Amino acid sequence: MTAVSFLEGGLEGGLQGGRSLPGDGLEWLKNRRDKGAERFGALGLPTPKLEGWKYTRLRPLDDTRYTPIKDGVGDAAVKDLPTVGDVAGRLVFVNGRLREDLSDVSNLPDGVRFGPLDELLENDPAWAEEHIGSVVQNDDQAMLALNDAMMDSGFVLHVRKGVVLTKPVEIVMVGGLTDDAVAYFPRNLIVIEPNAQATLVKHHVGRGVGAYFANAATEIDVADGAIFKNYKVQAESMQATHVSTVHARVGRDATFESFNLSMGGLLSRTEAVITLNGMGAHCGFNGAYMMRGNEHCDNTSYIDMAVPNTTCKQVYKGVLDDAARAVFQGKIHVARDAQKADGRMLNKTLLLSDDAEIDTKPELEIYADDVQCAHGATSGQLDQTALFYLRSRGIPEALARNMLVQSFLGDALDEITDEHVREVFMDRVVHWLPAHCYLAGEWKESA
Amino acid sequence: MSATAETVEQVKSISGEKYKYGFVTDIAADKAPKGLSEDIVRFISAKKGEPEWLLEWRLKAYRRWLEMPEPKWSKVDFPPIDYQQYHYYSAPKSDDDRPKSLDEVDPELLATYEKLGIPIKEQEVLAGVAVDYVFDSVSVATTFKKKLEEVGVIFCPISEALERCPDLVRKYLGTVVPVADNKHACLNSAVFTDGSFVYIPPGVRCPMELSTYFRINEMNTGQFERTLIVADKGSYVSYLEGCTAPMRDENQLHAAVVELVALDDAEIKYSTVQNWYPGDEEGKGGIYNFVTKRGACRGKNSKISWTQVETGSAITWKYPSCILQGDNSVGEFYSIAITNNAQQADTGTKMIHLGKNTTSRIISKGISAGKSDQTYRGLVKISPKAEGARNYTQCDSLLIGDKCGAHTVPYIESKNKNAIVEHEATTSTISEDQLFYLRQRGIPEEAAVALVVNGFCREVMQQLPMEFAVEAQKLVGISLEGSVG
Repeated sequence: MTAVSFLEGGLEGGLQGGRSLPGDGLEWLKNRRDKGAERFGALGLPTPKLEGWKYTRLRPLDDTRYTPIKDGVGDAAVKDLPTVGDVAGRLVFVNGRLREDLSDVSNLPDGVRFGPLDELLENDPAWAEEHIGSVVQNDDQAMLALNDAMMDSGFVLHVRKGVVLTKPVEIVMVGGLTDDAVAYFPRNLIVIEPNAQATLVKHHVGRGVGAYFANAATEIDVADGAIFKNYKVQAESMQATHVSTVHARVGRDATFESFNLSMGGLLSRTEAVITLNGMGAHCGFNGAYMMRGNEHCDNTSYIDMAVPNTTCKQVYKGVLDDAARAVFQGKIHVARDAQKADGRMLNKTLLLSDDAEIDTKPELEIYADDVQCAHGATSGQLDQTALFYLRSRGIPEALARNMLVQSFLGDALDEITDEHVREVFMDRVVHWLPAHCYLAGEWKESA
Repeated sequence: MSATAETVEQVKSISGEKYKYGFVTDIAADKAPKGLSEDIVRFISAKKGEPEWLLEWRLKAYRRWLEMPEPKWSKVDFPPIDYQQYHYYSAPKSDDDRPKSLDEVDPELLATYEKLGIPIKEQEVLAGVAVDYVFDSVSVATTFKKKLEEVGVIFCPISEALERCPDLVRKYLGTVVPVADNKHACLNSAVFTDGSFVYIPPGVRCPMELSTYFRINEMNTGQFERTLIVADKGSYVSYLEGCTAPMRDENQLHAAVVELVALDDAEIKYSTVQNWYPGDEEGKGGIYNFVTKRGACRGKNSKISWTQVETGSAITWKYPSCILQGDNSVGEFYSIAITNNAQQADTGTKMIHLGKNTTSRIISKGISAGKSDQTYRGLVKISPKAEGARNYTQCDSLLIGDKCGAHTVPYIESKNKNAIVEHEATTSTISEDQLFYLRQRGIPEEAAVALVVNGFCREVMQQLPMEFAVEAQKLVGISLEGSVG
């Protein structure tokens, strides 16, 4: 194994080093870990020399040594965790470890499994073996290999055939809370069986001042006729490095909807590989990003329209302030003979300051002729005429700017089909904006 | 490598020791031996009687070339190039080697000329028939030359320019495309044989469109062409390269370099029609066209506009770019690329915004048919100082047939909040409705497709100079022959 300088004790230290990893006794899992470690050793940390990492450098890993999290770390009290309210089940993880005192899965309907990964490995290892790694198609992703080797936590959501979850299930991932720099490697598994329906809301929050590195991998299998909605708010701390690799497979007449609201984190990257594998499959893969300070946010996706009659729509909008930088790399691939494919991609960014930077690369790779594909990308600043109009109506400049930013991002948030979640997310957007109290109408009274 | 050793031997035997010292030579050989080595570079330079600085420049390029990696990022697929199997210098063909009359020319080629509506005399020139050039174009060319001289425009082969105005050439050569820009450009710098040099003096509007076509006696400048165009303050020039007629060439590897320099208030319009031999239906024997084209808008309010119609070559690797340094400078790129059968094209542009209020516009229309693959690859880069920069990009692809591919890879990097960048791309096929409508009006299917495709590329066609546009429209139809039905 090659030297891994960003982890205390290297890979070996992370794998042994007195840590108890879930599923330690399982032979197949050990094989997967070994292979992952070997692959990561061969690939090394991604550098900007790789086309997919052209604009993102894992700089925090250069000068920080992270200690892989051990049991018992992160038992501190955490309060005021975000929520969407009425949910069917809720799991809270602190630095990757389940906090049972904060979680509640007692009211889950039948046919739904929602719990931590270690519980699954203990109770149903055969099912876990069948599903872990079943959606992943390529083995050239170093960060996924690292997760394969080190997976130490995570959750599983399994909805059985035909079961419809009416309320969302919720996950809260808290990072930080330690003095040392820590690392953890969640492995998440989502299996939605045929004609089942579920909605998942994931909150990532950062607490405390300690640096942390989360390298997550998620596999999502949306079977024929199923509907799965995956909503994520990433509000990590300014010391957080958040890398997430998602692999999803969408079956015949199935729908996969995803929204990623990125609003915090020193460095964050979400890389998704989605395969539309059955006729009539649809994927809505959307997001919004709001960054300030020297935050860096990277959204990379690869949508493979592998069979005829599939549709996908992608809308990503973002706002960058201070010296923040965002990267959007989207690729729609239409396979040979995947006729009647309809793929749309849109990326728009507002730059609010002189030092902000956007790098965008919306790609189309098309091998079938009877298709309708389009992409668009823009970058610019707030519309000065609109701003002037609002100000001429007596609206203070700060408020006018907020209104314009809010309506700009609103186009992306409109893609969220769950009305309640959309409202909650919009509220988060409003609270991110500077002097958000104005928007609540208070400026009138104070004026 | 034995091939290299052999080459060295051959060069020695041909050229003796003469050129090593004097750089003046009267070698009779009209062809350099196969292969590439420092000696070959010296041989070419000596053959052309170049000044020493240029030889040094070539050698520097050659040494860099040896170390440079082959560019691998483009989406074209071909076996590794064996650089040692090519001739890097051959003198223009003598009359004995040429066909004596049109009867000896490939009938297929003549049929294409016919379709393009090329007059018989011009056909002879294009097919390389050894005729006495006492017909119209030569006298036209002479008249043109006189006219150009009157206004002070220099338009001549680059080798001639090295004698007439060496300082000008030296001042600008390699300043836009540096020697080690990429492996292909680097190779060109080492072994370029000839090309055009154009200098437009301050305030002069070039009285006519300059065309390589009128450089008749300097044709066959070969596979490593080097063009340098300098438009001094307040001048204007329109330059046409290539022609619509299919060009046969026995050299498979082409690596040209074009450099444009526009000073304050100057404008350069560069139009290309490229129709090199694309190979047979399997793509065998077609030309590899690796071109580095770049323009620098150095002065305020300068403008460079690229227009290209790419229909030939087995492999096209070409990204005409603009570096917008001067404030208020403008860059434009209009492109039609058509690939059929087994052709592969990876083409696009780079717009680098450095100056304030710089604007750029990219319109790219790609048509893939048969089992060809085509990629638009573009970069729009806004530097932090490019206040008020503006870019608009539109790239549309049309697919004809279910075996072809069309890809779009735009890169947008914006570091200035006052800059506005817009990018739009679509990919679709010719709709059944359009075809049905045209066919029920009695238009045959192939003609209908040509009509629709011409409509699809209209925005670019409009940018072409008049005489090119008419032929280019016909060319579109011809290029797509055999792709439907």
